[in-house]
Amino acid sequence: MKKLSIVIAALFLLCCTLPLYSCGSDENTIVVCNWGQYMSTGSGVDSTEDVIKLFTEKTGIKVKYRTFTTNEDLYSLMKNGSAKYDVIFPSDYMVEKMVDEGMLHKINFENIPNFANIMDEFKNPYYDETNEYTVPYFWGTVGLVYNSKYISEDELNGWDVLWSDKYPNKIMMFNNPRDAFAIALNKLGYSLNTTNEEEIRAAAEELKKQTFDYKMDEFFERLPNEDAYMMPYYAGDYITVKEENEDLAFYIPESGTNIFNDAMCIPVTSEKKDLAEKFINFMLEAEIGLLNVDYVGYSTPNKAVYDLLDEEVKNDGISYPEIKDNWEHFRYLSSDVDDLYRELWISVQSENK
Amino acid sequence: MKSTKPLYPYIVWMVLFTIIPLGLVVYYSFTDRDGNFTFNNFLNITKLTEVYADSLRMAFFATLICLLVAYPFAYIMTKTKVNTQRMMNMLIMLPMWMNFLLRIYSWITLLENNGIINNILVALGFERQTLINTDGAVITVMIYNYLPFMIIPIYNVLSKIENSLIEAGQDLGCNTFEIFRRIIFPLSIPGVITGITMVFVPAASTFVISQRLGRGMMIGDAIEQYYVGNSPDLGTGSMLSLVLMVVIIISMAVVNHLDKDEAGSMLI
Repeated sequence: MKKLSIVIAALFLLCCTLPLYSCGSDENTIVVCNWGQYMSTGSGVDSTEDVIKLFTEKTGIKVKYRTFTTNEDLYSLMKNGSAKYDVIFPSDYMVEKMVDEGMLHKINFENIPNFANIMDEFKNPYYDETNEYTVPYFWGTVGLVYNSKYISEDELNGWDVLWSDKYPNKIMMFNNPRDAFAIALNKLGYSLNTTNEEEIRAAAEELKKQTFDYKMDEFFERLPNEDAYMMPYYAGDYITVKEENEDLAFYIPESGTNIFNDAMCIPVTSEKKDLAEKFINFMLEAEIGLLNVDYVGYSTPNKAVYDLLDEEVKNDGISYPEIKDNWEHFRYLSSDVDDLYRELWISVQSENK
Repeated sequence: MKSTKPLYPYIVWMVLFTIIPLGLVVYYSFTDRDGNFTFNNFLNITKLTEVYADSLRMAFFATLICLLVAYPFAYIMTKTKVNTQRMMNMLIMLPMWMNFLLRIYSWITLLENNGIINNILVALGFERQTLINTDGAVITVMIYNYLPFMIIPIYNVLSKIENSLIEAGQDLGCNTFEIFRRIIFPLSIPGVITGITMVFVPAASTFVISQRLGRGMMIGDAIEQYYVGNSPDLGTGSMLSLVLMVVIIISMAVVNHLDKDEAGSMLI
C-alpha cells in the first residue's frame, strides 16, 4: 500500500508538469513572439488600446503572447525546437540568417491586402530582396542618448565622447556584443559588418579602454534618474525616456550609426499560417499601427500610419530622420565570426574593472 | 522486511533529472559541434582562468562572511526560548517567499548612485559613494541572498546537541571556552560543511547578481554567453560548467577531509 502511494505521488508530480509541455494546441489559437514592450497592450484597464484584444474581438482568433529579449535568444528558442511560434518579429540580419537556413514560411501576400500600406522604400529590403518572407513592422536607428545638463554640445565629437574620462561610472553601454562592437567599429572607421579579425580585435581593445556600465533595460531607469549621463541606445526608446526627463538629448555622430528594421515573419514550424497572416494583416491597419507607434515610439514603415502622425513627430528629426549613406544595417556574419565576437566579448567583460 | 522497492520512483527521478543531464554535460564537453570527440573545448576555457578566479574569489568571501555572521547567530538562536526560535526561523525564511529577481531589483534601488542609501548619505552631509557596479555590491547581495542557507543547517545541528554532553564537560572541569572548542564546535562541523556547500556552490555559479549589480564577468555569465547567441557553442559551455563542478568537488573534498580529522562525521 505504501509503495503504491509513493508511485502515485511520483506520477502525480510528473503529471503536474505535463501541461507545461503541451500549450498552444488549441485549433483557434496562435502564438505570437515579440520583443518586450513592442506592441500596444493598453494601459491599466483601458482595453481599447490592447491590440491583441482588439484582434481577438474582430476575428475570434485567440493569441498567446510571448516575448524575447534578443534576436539571438529568439533564434536559439526556435533552433532548439523547444518553442512553436506562429508569428515572430526578428530584425533584419536575423531574418537573413533564418531565410538562409530555411526557417521561415513564404507569406501568401493575397491574405495581406494591407501590405499596400507599406512605404515603397521598405518593400524588397536587402534581407528579403523579393519580399516573400517578411512584412516590415518598425524601423529605427541607434544614437547617443545624453543628458544635456552635464554634457555640452561641443563635447559631442562622434562616439569618442563615450570614452571621455570626465564622467567615471556615468557612461553606459549596450550589454550585447553586436551593438557594443558596432559603436567601437564605427569609431575606428570600420564597417559594422567587417569580418576582418584584426578590425574586430581592435574594436575589442577599444572597448577595453573605457570602463563602461554594460546594461540594457537599466537604460529606462538610469538615464532619466541621472544615474548615468550617456548611453548609446535606440531612437524609439529615447522618445520614451525623454518624456520623463526633458534634459535628455539624442545625437547621431557624423561617422554613422546602425539602422535596423524589425519584420513580421512566420516560422516553418507554424501549422496555422492562415491565421498568422490574418494577424499580420491586422497589425498593418492604420489605427492599430497608430496605437503601436504611440506605445512603442519606434518609427513606422507604414504610410497609412505615418499620415496620421502629428507634424511635430514627423519633423523632429529623431523618429523620421533623413537616412544617410553611412548608416549601416547589420548583416549576418558567420558562425566563425560569432565565435570570435563571443570570445572577445567575454574578455572585454572580464577586464572591465 | 528491508526492501529497496519503494526507492524506485526516486531512482527513476534521479536518473531522469540528474544522471542523464549530467551525462549530457560530460558528452557535450568532449564533442565539437558535429559530435566528434575533441579536447578543444578545454583549450577554449583555459583563456578564462581570470573569470574562474574572480568567481571563486567572490564566492569565497561571500561564504566566509556568511559563516562568520551565521555561526554566532545560530548559536545565540539556540539559547533563546523555543517560541522565539520558531519565530526567528520563520523570519529567516521569510525573504525567500518573495521572488528572487524582485529582491535583486530592490538592491539596485538601494545601491544606485541616486539610490536610497546614497540619498541618505547626502542628507546626512556625507559624500556620494559608488556602491553599485562594484565587487562589494555583488558580495553583499550574495551574502544577503545565501545567508539563510548557512544559518539553518548550523542551527539545526547546534540545537540537536544533547545538553548532557555539555554538563559532562562542565563536570570534568571545562570552562565555557573549552566546552565550545572541544564539544560544541566539533559536533557542529557537519552543519558548517552543509552551510558552506549551500552558499559556496550557488554563489560561485550565480549570474543574475553579477549581471545586475556588478561589473566584470562571473563564470555563470560566461556559461550563458556560450549557450545563447547565433551559434551556440554547447561544448565549451558544458566544459565550463564541468570544470566548475570539478573545482567545487575538489574544494568540498578538501573541506570534508579536514572535517574527518576533526570529528569523523560528515553530512553533505
